[in-house]
Amino acid sequence: MSILTKALILIAALGLAACNNPDRNGDAANGDGSPMNGTGINSSALGDPNDPNSIAYFNQTIGDRVLFAVDTSTLTPEGRAVLQGQAQWLLSHPGYAAIIEGHADEQGTREYNLALGARRASAAQDFLISQGVPAGLLRTVSYGKERPLAVCSDEACYSQNRRAVTVLQAGAGA
Amino acid sequence: MRLIDSFARAIILALTLILPTTLNAAPLRIVIDSGVIEPMPFAAPTFVDEGGAGEFAARITQVVAADLSGTGLFREIGADAFISQVSSFGAPISYNDWQAINAQALVTGAVTASGDQIVVKFRVYDVFSGAELGEGIQFAGSTGSWRRMAHKVADAVYSRITGEGGYFDSRVVYVAESGPKNARLKQLAVMDYDGANIQYLTDNSALVLAPRFSPTGDRILFTSYATGFPQIYLMSAADLSTRALEQQDGTMTFAPRFSPDGQSVVFSLERGGNTDIYRLDIGSSALSQLTNSPAIETAPSYSPDGSQIVFESDRSGTQQIYVMSAGGGEPVRISNGKGRYGTPVWSPRGDMIAFTKQNEGRFHIGVMLVDGGEERLLTSSFLDEGPTWAPNGRVIMFTRQGAGEGGEAALFSVDISGRNLRQITTDGAASDPAWSPLLP
Repeated sequence: MSILTKALILIAALGLAACNNPDRNGDAANGDGSPMNGTGINSSALGDPNDPNSIAYFNQTIGDRVLFAVDTSTLTPEGRAVLQGQAQWLLSHPGYAAIIEGHADEQGTREYNLALGARRASAAQDFLISQGVPAGLLRTVSYGKERPLAVCSDEACYSQNRRAVTVLQAGAGA
Repeated sequence: MRLIDSFARAIILALTLILPTTLNAAPLRIVIDSGVIEPMPFAAPTFVDEGGAGEFAARITQVVAADLSGTGLFREIGADAFISQVSSFGAPISYNDWQAINAQALVTGAVTASGDQIVVKFRVYDVFSGAELGEGIQFAGSTGSWRRMAHKVADAVYSRITGEGGYFDSRVVYVAESGPKNARLKQLAVMDYDGANIQYLTDNSALVLAPRFSPTGDRILFTSYATGFPQIYLMSAADLSTRALEQQDGTMTFAPRFSPDGQSVVFSLERGGNTDIYRLDIGSSALSQLTNSPAIETAPSYSPDGSQIVFESDRSGTQQIYVMSAGGGEPVRISNGKGRYGTPVWSPRGDMIAFTKQNEGRFHIGVMLVDGGEERLLTSSFLDEGPTWAPNGRVIMFTRQGAGEGGEAALFSVDISGRNLRQITTDGAASDPAWSPLLP
């Protein structure tokens, strides 16, 4: 790790800068038509959802997320189909990289859910790589139970929260 | 600059024995392990102002009484019931007057203040045997540390009557929360054990999790998303200077905890979706891997002698608690009940493991012996997790979160017998408490 990198990390640690926070990118990329998409987000940056080359199209039409059963990181047939679509899109749009966010529902302890979210993100990443997406374009991060999408405390919400979300990074992989 | 008062400046608390008096065998005794406890009635008349004390005399007395009452082991008798007044610290005690209102223990004190210096002295009496319990003690310090002096008085009283070490003069580092549940803002904060003197250690620009005090309270480990990826950091409690610890590209580090000598950190490192436990020597940055399995291994915690580590693993298929040698090697599973077990924490006394248990849709904080025997669940709720031990190993603080959109996290404490469950008042929602050692 270079001295510059260390210095940047330290600055970020002091709360003076956190410009590459994928959580924020995740929020901004959450223009998938879900009711969570609040005001104040510049959805035009995601492009026209009817344009197959747009991030909005990737998020909404192909689907940016796969869901998991309780306490598992096994991809479902539906999840694999979504990831196959993601892989094809990524392979035909080499200007993009992605961060895959792993999440868990709140029914677990904080540390375990961080590790479980990492398993889920990694499962999605491994599948994308198996479909030919260059490993260098993909990173993973786990949020555990820190960033639920739906906030009720029953299975209707939990099932949405147990997810791996592929967050595109425009221009990052060019 | 936000400084942690108690740590940033060395507050010298001079400790002086006042007068040698005859030590009595003490019939006044609370045994914390016993079954049902009727709180011991005590009286703490407002400490005598022996010069310049002003408001401090009453405030210190109130904190002493609140500390004792807050344990659930003592019950304060209000001043309106008093027959005698204590107008002079040195005057003889009218035991009959205190016996008449059934005060079993009597705490008297006196406060002197001059400039920014304050002196507090106190005595404890066993009312029914008509004798002083132990010796009078005097503390001196700065006026800014008046609450600490009150806690020290209460610790001494508690110790004399229970035979246990005190825990009131301690701090708790935790995560202060704000914002909606799906976009929670988190920042590190530290407070006195009773929720007073809250100070923020970070802002809320980056998600932070699970801070831990060093064995002497001089440093704090925590996990932050400052770079966008979870990573462990080390903060100086004195000046809040912070540096990242172990980081390799493509990995995630979390769940750090100090070794008992404060020289190394045991934590979880995730690589390629698999989480194992590692140890990092802080001075040399030497890294050693302690577990190596495809299962999730996390939440490590050292035994107080540093020879063993308790942690959780799902290698059996569900989260369970294991103990291994501090150097790694084959672990032994110690949790054997129904449900899932996580977040084990070794007691500072070395005798017990506190844990979070998840079973049939409920969460519990519990304790068990270090071999897994005598499991005892202390709490039950929608979501309890993350126990931390008081310095004396008799009280546990933890996070309790409510259900649904409005379900905020809060800090609760309970004693190891399961009694005295109470919420700690914080400035907003709070989670992930970690108790400091007893302050010097």
